[in-house]
Amino acid sequence: MSNNTNRRSFIGFSFAAVAAAGGVGALVGMKQAWDPLPSVLAGGFTKVDLSTLKAGDPITVEWRGKPVFILKKTAQMEKSDRDLVVGSDRFTVVIGLCTHLGCIPAWKKENWKCACHGGAFDASGKQVFGPPPKPLILPQFSINGTALVLGETGPEYKKLLTAQA
Amino acid sequence: MAKITKANSVGEWFDQRLNTTALNKVMMTEYWIPKDINFLWAMGVVLAVTFKLLIISGIFLLMYYKPDVNLAFDSVNYTIMQEVKYGWLFRHMHGVAASVIFLIIYIHMFTGIYYGSYKKGREMIWISGMLLFVTFSAAGFSGYMLPWGQMSYWAASVITNLFAGGSLEAWGLVEWIRGGFTVNDATLTRFFMLHVFLLPLAIIGIIALHFYSLRIPHVNTQNSEELDFDAEAEKYLAGNKKSAKVIPFWPVFLSKDFAVLSVFLIFYFYLVFFHFGFAMDPVNFDPADNLKTPAHIYPEWYFLWSYETLRGPFFDMFGMKAADIGLIIFGLAQGIFLVFPFLDRDPDILPAHKRPLFRIWFWIMIIDLIILSVFGKLPPLAVTEGTWYQIYFDNAHIGFYATILFLLLWAALPIITRIDAKRRGAV
Repeated sequence: MSNNTNRRSFIGFSFAAVAAAGGVGALVGMKQAWDPLPSVLAGGFTKVDLSTLKAGDPITVEWRGKPVFILKKTAQMEKSDRDLVVGSDRFTVVIGLCTHLGCIPAWKKENWKCACHGGAFDASGKQVFGPPPKPLILPQFSINGTALVLGETGPEYKKLLTAQA
Repeated sequence: MAKITKANSVGEWFDQRLNTTALNKVMMTEYWIPKDINFLWAMGVVLAVTFKLLIISGIFLLMYYKPDVNLAFDSVNYTIMQEVKYGWLFRHMHGVAASVIFLIIYIHMFTGIYYGSYKKGREMIWISGMLLFVTFSAAGFSGYMLPWGQMSYWAASVITNLFAGGSLEAWGLVEWIRGGFTVNDATLTRFFMLHVFLLPLAIIGIIALHFYSLRIPHVNTQNSEELDFDAEAEKYLAGNKKSAKVIPFWPVFLSKDFAVLSVFLIFYFYLVFFHFGFAMDPVNFDPADNLKTPAHIYPEWYFLWSYETLRGPFFDMFGMKAADIGLIIFGLAQGIFLVFPFLDRDPDILPAHKRPLFRIWFWIMIIDLIILSVFGKLPPLAVTEGTWYQIYFDNAHIGFYATILFLLLWAALPIITRIDAKRRGAV
């Protein structure tokens, strides 16, 4: 190879390297432009005071645009390793979207029943009838006294998650 | 610099500067189309015109539409539909054109498959065409989100959920695509950008590539005769128009296209004025509500067959979750048509009625796609009690059988095309 060819390919490679670095930088920037905005992320937490709940009467709160069911269990309701224990009370905290195709089930006396395809979940959120492949999903949460914060990952959440698996 | 003299006419003035006479010859009057074709060869021009209708009606909608979760629904259903003069017309033209363009795309595609117009040098025509199918599908999906009704929201929700990859649980990717935890304002504005700018731009570019890809191999014919285009063109130019086997694109071929186009446009405007309802799902006239799911979520008719391959496997098999198997088959269904030219192992270009096994394959595939579409619309009912007939031929099972048949057909394609070729003595 002559000196000229070497110099030309060196210039060619340098040009390609600079262009590639610029291209990667541009892609990183474009990727980040599509990330959820800080205001969206900041809105990803929902606080619920568990002491106001009546046993056997579940409430629905909105968290990250999804419904979350919170049920304070009555003494008659079966205990489960999915229960969140706060003091002497047991709670079921689950995302209220059917694990089949994502419809929102409704509470009927002692079960959540889905109007779409007939799936049913018991008071612990476990599937008991129909097509749902798995129990209702646990949302991330942390506990501070009787205050439940959805969106934070606390030790109680991790415990329930491993108990379930 | 070219020699510029005083022009004697406006045409000459442009010709000196833009070489318009030569351009007109290359693109129009001496671009040769074979005579041995039928009305199915007019679908390309029908598609180009329908795309133009979409752009024009879209421009008028764009002037009043507001891409904002609080304003979108009313800007469509109140401002455009009730206040803007002829706003209803532009909306119905846009919605109906978006629906029928897929009907014509399917006819165009299956004409190509029937006559073997995708091989021996025509692969790029097929591949660019399938890229158009993909970009049009993306445009259809992103546009469906814009009115921000219940079906807009939940279709967007279900489809973006697919990117989690089933058991891979890639929720980070889903949240990135949405720009939030659920489908939200950021999702609406980015899909708005895709729908009105990036996708139309890509489509126009690929259309140019699609047209250009026809240049070298030329249009196929009904009997796949190999023509010497130069010799036939010479005959035509010498005045032997009857014995020449070709016609110029303009004015001869296009005038025939316009006849077919007229019939199509009568059908299209009949739908726009009297039967627009099929393209306007009643569920989508409820504003989007993230805390209330519609009883039954389904896509528009042109996505039903691939939607059903997603739902088809409804029980776990081979140690895999039903939903994962469905997702794999769905992914395969999106891409498999793209490689059609390489799955057909018959070296000859022939219409399906001259390829005995392929002909059967072709019609079974059409019937299977229709069955998949019908059961994609029906609720996926699984009957668990009753006679064997009721249990094994409920909606869920028929969808499953049709999905398996779909896979078997693709597996059989390389084999049956080879057998056809062997029997003919081509290999």
